[in-house]
Amino acid sequence: MLIATNVTKKFGRLTALDNVSAVCNKGQTIALIGPNGSGKTTFIKCLLGMVVPDSGFITFNQQNIIHDWRYRAAIGYMPQTGRYPENMTIGQVFDMMKDIRRQPNSEYDEELMQLFNLPGIMDKRMRALSGGTRQKVSACLAFLFRPDVLILDEPTAGLDPVATEMLKEKIRKEKQRGKLIIITSHILSDLDDIVTEVMYMQEGKLRFHTSLDQLKEDTGEQKLARAIAAIMQR
Amino acid sequence: MNKIVKYVVLDILKNKIVVAYMAVLLLISIGVFNLEDNASKGVLSLLNIILIFVPLVSIIFSTIYVYNSAEFIELLVSQPIRRTNLWMSIFGGLALSLVVAFFVGCGLPVLLYAPNGTGLIMALMGIFISVIFTAIALLASVLTRDKAKGIGVSILLWFYFTLIFDSIILFLLFRFMDYPLEKPMIAFSFLNPVDLARILILLKLDISALMGATSAVFRDFFGGTTGMMIALLSLSAWIAVPLWLSVRKFKTKDL
Repeated sequence: MLIATNVTKKFGRLTALDNVSAVCNKGQTIALIGPNGSGKTTFIKCLLGMVVPDSGFITFNQQNIIHDWRYRAAIGYMPQTGRYPENMTIGQVFDMMKDIRRQPNSEYDEELMQLFNLPGIMDKRMRALSGGTRQKVSACLAFLFRPDVLILDEPTAGLDPVATEMLKEKIRKEKQRGKLIIITSHILSDLDDIVTEVMYMQEGKLRFHTSLDQLKEDTGEQKLARAIAAIMQR
Repeated sequence: MNKIVKYVVLDILKNKIVVAYMAVLLLISIGVFNLEDNASKGVLSLLNIILIFVPLVSIIFSTIYVYNSAEFIELLVSQPIRRTNLWMSIFGGLALSLVVAFFVGCGLPVLLYAPNGTGLIMALMGIFISVIFTAIALLASVLTRDKAKGIGVSILLWFYFTLIFDSIILFLLFRFMDYPLEKPMIAFSFLNPVDLARILILLKLDISALMGATSAVFRDFFGGTTGMMIALLSLSAWIAVPLWLSVRKFKTKDL
């Protein structure tokens, strides 16, 4: 569904992505993990067309994303640090996004908004929000349009334990609906019971991409965190 | 696309600076026309405001606005929107607000107090200058990532177009006094939209006779329909070229 071929991106002298190729299919839930600065966010931004690769290409349903911007209608993206127009209220941000992304006869998925109690604080300004509430807004926006693909960059960073559980439950639910979900996180225990595939990045290279079961079998570990630790020590 | 223009315009209205700009222009225009007994003298006084104040506000406000919309831009590029559309909408919203502010604040009073060719060309030039400097601001802000640097570049560009360029021309005139420079002067005037606007307005005013031989050549060239058309085309190019360059840059910009 989402295929990256030999994607390379340099920021000045730093090579953020080095010849990354990956295939992501419908129904998979992929954990994108790696140390800080390994290129995870850059890779995600390339998938979204926010960063343009120096070489290589990315296709979504066999369409090169450079020539096609409509594919983003099928993607829900939750950024690592959600940045929003500071003087808009939460309600205005949601209204604007609905207005801009309006699809004919589609229903909005407002389940997460209800769970996070956002309707009660709709008239708060974005600049007045705490980091966690901002994350909640980002999460709700990602799920709002019932996209086929969910790209979540550090979704649980900054969320309290209750909200984290709610979000994980929501991700599980969407996984059941057969969506493609890509998650990056440093909290590997959060990913344990959600993901089906693991992509491990280091220094801009994609080290491996296997199924979680295969990884567990190879390392003989039952927990994702331990399996990754075992790989890193090799 | 229209939706995004709507959000940009609403946002600009909310921060009230453009409204204040419009009020200041209106105050100055009405003041000037009431102080002078002769409407064409009033137009002359307003000329300098249009050629200095309007470009300054247009370029600085637009540059700062684009930098302040970084979050807005970041939010929208991950959405199903063409980047060109997003950028053109920001330009459209800015240009529309600044043009409306100029027209209400300065264009309308001029047309009311001096309802003749001079007033008309002055209102038109003010609109052109507003849009041209918005386009230049967009180019400056897409080229530099750093906000302070971008605003600095904008201020320097304004200096260049309103002061430095004229000094260079004056210097050239003095250096090459012995040569006939009237024809090259026409070519030079196309390199600066502010100069072009000034010449077009001055030629409509009676005082253009004071400018001597150069004026006669200018009158020959810009007085005719062809010259006027070329001047308007070149002013349009001053909008289109910076805008096109900025779109090209924005399309591949990493956010």
